[in-house]
Amino acid sequence: MAKNEIRYLNPPTVEVNKKKYCRFKRSGIKFIDYKDPNFLLKLVNEQGKILPRRLTGTSLKYQRKVAQAIKRARHLSLLPYVGDMLK
Amino acid sequence: MLKDYETVFILTPVLSDDQAKEAVSKFKSLLTSSGAQMVNEENWGLKKLAYPIQKKSSGFYYLLQFKAEGTLVADLEVAYKRDERVLRFLTVSLDKHALAYSIKRKSKSLNSQKVNA
Repeated sequence: MAKNEIRYLNPPTVEVNKKKYCRFKRSGIKFIDYKDPNFLLKLVNEQGKILPRRLTGTSLKYQRKVAQAIKRARHLSLLPYVGDMLK
Repeated sequence: MLKDYETVFILTPVLSDDQAKEAVSKFKSLLTSSGAQMVNEENWGLKKLAYPIQKKSSGFYYLLQFKAEGTLVADLEVAYKRDERVLRFLTVSLDKHALAYSIKRKSKSLNSQKVNA
């Protein structure tokens, strides 16, 4: 065995550059419905907070609409303002 | 100029079905009598609320879509506020994308009704 061969305990994670994309642009969704809490649940975390763009990859144009829709859904008690273990 | 609006409101769960219907027809007649055209209405039934409102944990959801003058919305919201049976309400104006979506939604719900029937 060579002396300076690097060995790993766990196989090193190969960096795959998975490009993030805006799901609304890609699938051509023009209107984000505040009446559909099951869909909006994908865009909040377990506590019911709106997920940032850096995690979801949503474009700014649609992130504004997402935020608006989630806030409307919260007002109508379709989504909680504060939640726990939503997922 | 008539604009498209959509309003969702929650009625208290203590009402009977007839009382709830009566409350809905009151708001509908308020709209139609002041020159609004009803486009769509949906009854979502008794739903659980995500958090309690006025110590109630459920409510009757109704959706009305209509075309009206913008001045009518203020009147409608005053009527909501005066009515003790209404827990929550939300009125939004619909842009062209929302309108396209609502038409799609309407046709979808009609199709599902046909399947059920």
